[in-house]
Amino acid sequence: MSTTNVAPQGTGGGQLGRKRIVNDMSIQVATVNGSGSQSSNTVLLRAIFQMGVPVSGKNLFPSNIAGLPTWYTIRANKDGYIGRKKEIDFLVAMNPETAQDDVMSLAPGASVLYDEPLALDRLRNDLVFYSVPYDKLVAAVCPEAKLRKLVKNMVYVGVVAQLLEIEMGEIEKAIRKQFAKKAKAANLNLAAAQAGFDYAKASLQKRGAFYIERMDKTAGKIIIDGNSAAALGCMFAGCTVVTWYPITPSSSLVETMIEYMKEYRIGPDGKATFAIVQAEDELAAIGMVIGAGWAGARSMTATAGPGISLMSEFAGLAYYAEVPGVIWDIQRVGPSTGLPTRTSQGDILSTAFLSHGDTKHIMLIPCSVSECFSMAQDAFNLAEQFQTLVFVMSDLDLGMNNWMSDPFEYPTTPIKRGKVLSKADLDRLGGFARYKDLDGDGVGYRTLPGTDHPAAAYFTRGSGHNDKSSYSERPDDYENNMERLNRKFETARSFVPRPEIQKGINAGSSNAKIGIIAYGTSHWGVTESRDQLRSEYGIETDYLRLRAYPFTREVHDFVEQHDRVYVVEQNRDAQMLSLLKLDLKPELTTRLRAIAHLDGLPLDARSVTDELSTMEGK
Amino acid sequence: MATTPTSEPRSSEPKTNRIGLTVIDYKGGKTTLCAGCGHNAISERIIEAMYEMGVSPERVVKLSGIGCSSKSPAYFMNRSHSFNAVHGRMPSVASGAMLANRNLLALGVSGDGDTASIGIGQFVHLMRRNLPLIYIIEDNGVYGLTKGQFSATADLGSKLKTGVINDLPPIDTCGLAIELGATFVGRSFSGDKKQLSALLKAAIAHHGTVMLDVVSPCVTFNDHEGSTKSYKYVKDHDEILQEISFVPHFEEIDVEYDPGTTVNVTMHDGSHLQLRKLEEDYDPTDRIGAISRLAEAHEKGEVLTGLFYVNPKVPTFLDMLNMVDEPLATLPESLVRPSREALEAAMEELR
Repeated sequence: MSTTNVAPQGTGGGQLGRKRIVNDMSIQVATVNGSGSQSSNTVLLRAIFQMGVPVSGKNLFPSNIAGLPTWYTIRANKDGYIGRKKEIDFLVAMNPETAQDDVMSLAPGASVLYDEPLALDRLRNDLVFYSVPYDKLVAAVCPEAKLRKLVKNMVYVGVVAQLLEIEMGEIEKAIRKQFAKKAKAANLNLAAAQAGFDYAKASLQKRGAFYIERMDKTAGKIIIDGNSAAALGCMFAGCTVVTWYPITPSSSLVETMIEYMKEYRIGPDGKATFAIVQAEDELAAIGMVIGAGWAGARSMTATAGPGISLMSEFAGLAYYAEVPGVIWDIQRVGPSTGLPTRTSQGDILSTAFLSHGDTKHIMLIPCSVSECFSMAQDAFNLAEQFQTLVFVMSDLDLGMNNWMSDPFEYPTTPIKRGKVLSKADLDRLGGFARYKDLDGDGVGYRTLPGTDHPAAAYFTRGSGHNDKSSYSERPDDYENNMERLNRKFETARSFVPRPEIQKGINAGSSNAKIGIIAYGTSHWGVTESRDQLRSEYGIETDYLRLRAYPFTREVHDFVEQHDRVYVVEQNRDAQMLSLLKLDLKPELTTRLRAIAHLDGLPLDARSVTDELSTMEGK
Repeated sequence: MATTPTSEPRSSEPKTNRIGLTVIDYKGGKTTLCAGCGHNAISERIIEAMYEMGVSPERVVKLSGIGCSSKSPAYFMNRSHSFNAVHGRMPSVASGAMLANRNLLALGVSGDGDTASIGIGQFVHLMRRNLPLIYIIEDNGVYGLTKGQFSATADLGSKLKTGVINDLPPIDTCGLAIELGATFVGRSFSGDKKQLSALLKAAIAHHGTVMLDVVSPCVTFNDHEGSTKSYKYVKDHDEILQEISFVPHFEEIDVEYDPGTTVNVTMHDGSHLQLRKLEEDYDPTDRIGAISRLAEAHEKGEVLTGLFYVNPKVPTFLDMLNMVDEPLATLPESLVRPSREALEAAMEELR
């Protein structure tokens, strides 16, 4: 990988024009939240995408409604790397508050677009500066003074388009899509973008190295955030009851789901095949999930770390009383309130064992928007198959940022409702014992409330019970029950999504000595880092991406096959590594090494490469 | 009441209700509560009311939190599904169950600690949703399972067995329920068979949230001199608001009533609730009046019982959700998984 190499160092801005870096850059827009820059950034992202260039967008925003700094980063990369890139190549400095810091943190050779009065070009002489008189340009196209603040942001879109050679036709198409239902707004924004474009053409001399050129790597693809993908997945999984309590960064999952469900799950008679309820808190949200799951609905909620903590007691009830339900944890930075708008993988350990006593939960870990979609279906199927909660461990980076993806595939398997006895079954059997392990998989048979048979009822309780679900404090009943629950968890190992394994390129049939284990959004940084490690350090790695807990056989084998295994994750305490240690043979645990990333920003390849190569003594 | 069927049927068949079940079909397990506990009497009234109303036990779900009261669903209606959840949070579990299957008849049993202390958050939100559910508080003013600490319904100045005096005012769950939006709110006494039976039957007929606070003395920890939740105290201070008769929809009304002295309420299912006024000006359809009368009872130290408020015409939470008629729980895949074309349309919007 040589294309990420930026511009020559120590040269004046005027010298940079000769180098040409195509379809490989990150553009950062620094603004103030609440200023309407999101539409402009989406337009820019879409225009690049429409030109066939792989792209991703990441919003770094404050926990605030309006007035605090926010940064949006668009990464275009011809090789398809869509993780965060640490270095910024093109800065659009719209926020006077942060402009100085933003400029000072750039690597030499980067370009800066700034509002003329800020006079940022005085700060450094190793960058390319372009100044734009925004207020003057906006005043010309937008007679209404109160709209100018919003439209101003569309001006930089036009300037950037001209400087990077993004086609104006694609900008227009993206604006029309963005303001599809508001023709007047679309025209106004288009005029603003055009004004920026024309100004740049007439008054700015292109000196930076960065260009966008049309290619063909996005044909047929979609752009979506993980929360919307999850919402779609849950809808196609046949979810019927959704309860929630608003919390960043999970709220948009349910809000999007409300929109989709209204569109696709209301029958011709105007009646809904679902119920979505905003609960009074996360305790009630999970309580409703459990009540609904018990009564037979496919029920779910979405939350983040603080909500997970509150759900702890109920999670234990669902584990012990064996009630299905799906919980989406869109992880953010903890502990406590932490950094509510930054990303993390910090809930792994606490969720795996959520609640007091001996509890263990199934976790599914999507790394992509398409897995948000497909794992939604896995989650509901597993929850009902194993009559337990299934936690889907997404994160803010995946959930709230825009990702490029192949379109989602229609579910190929029917909905699986698990071991539920009907009236006809009971007519045949005469009765049943709720928690009896008839099949040796640890999973008993249940009935749904309302089943019209005198032997259908059973008593569900979080207190000690025997296999007929009667109250019991007998030591043998307690122990047998707990052992059976363990057996159930062991069975789940064979049914959860298996890890994805990628062998090193040069390894052939044998394995590289070095393995990497990662999961969730760490995948994108790791994938890119493996290429960097190979090309820059000659370090060949094999890679296993975890997709679920409990771990499957492949995870053990992978560690066994490698001398050193780096576990890359976005938390301080190497949480997944800790879980692995509990599972692996003792002699294998010493092979694990932690690479922890915890600044709240999405994991970038460079950080992994730096740390791993150092640990390898390179 | 006999609990064992005789092996030799007498000449007459055992008595059955309108759906052909005997009262035995509504029985539960043997109680493990203390002898004389008010909760056992309430269980008996529930069995009678369900039997007499001809409710199919398979349609009923019993839900409870934690505490002595919350154990009691094990002691009635074994043919109904039951869920003994976590402390103070039965309302959310009940709400979820009702979302999943709107055809169920939900009966929640809670206690004063389970409701007014740890559970007050979920309680108030349940009341304001007017979810169709019968919520019974078996109210004895103390925590029984942990051996007699005060709960939040204990009256000011009430004395524990240990001599400790309660120095905080009680939460009036009835006043709260009316204020928040429950549509059938009353208070009764576990020892008042007639009143409690009538209220329970009317509760079964009601469409919306029923909140019944039933004073139910704890014979072990709160039945002594100085307690305001003892059998003696309640009997001495019981101030009965109305004489309640209930005529179910499947029976003819054969008693004439005088509109001057009796309020007639037509329930959602066509049943009639007849309230013979013992207090001339009391109107159980007047929310403000009800709240004010409850406040007055507190001032006077009365244990006011009766039906405080009823409004059978308010849409329930389930009505407002505009769901299909069939239970969501058992909808077929064809109704809950949109078509291939729907996914394609959603994908096209994202291109």
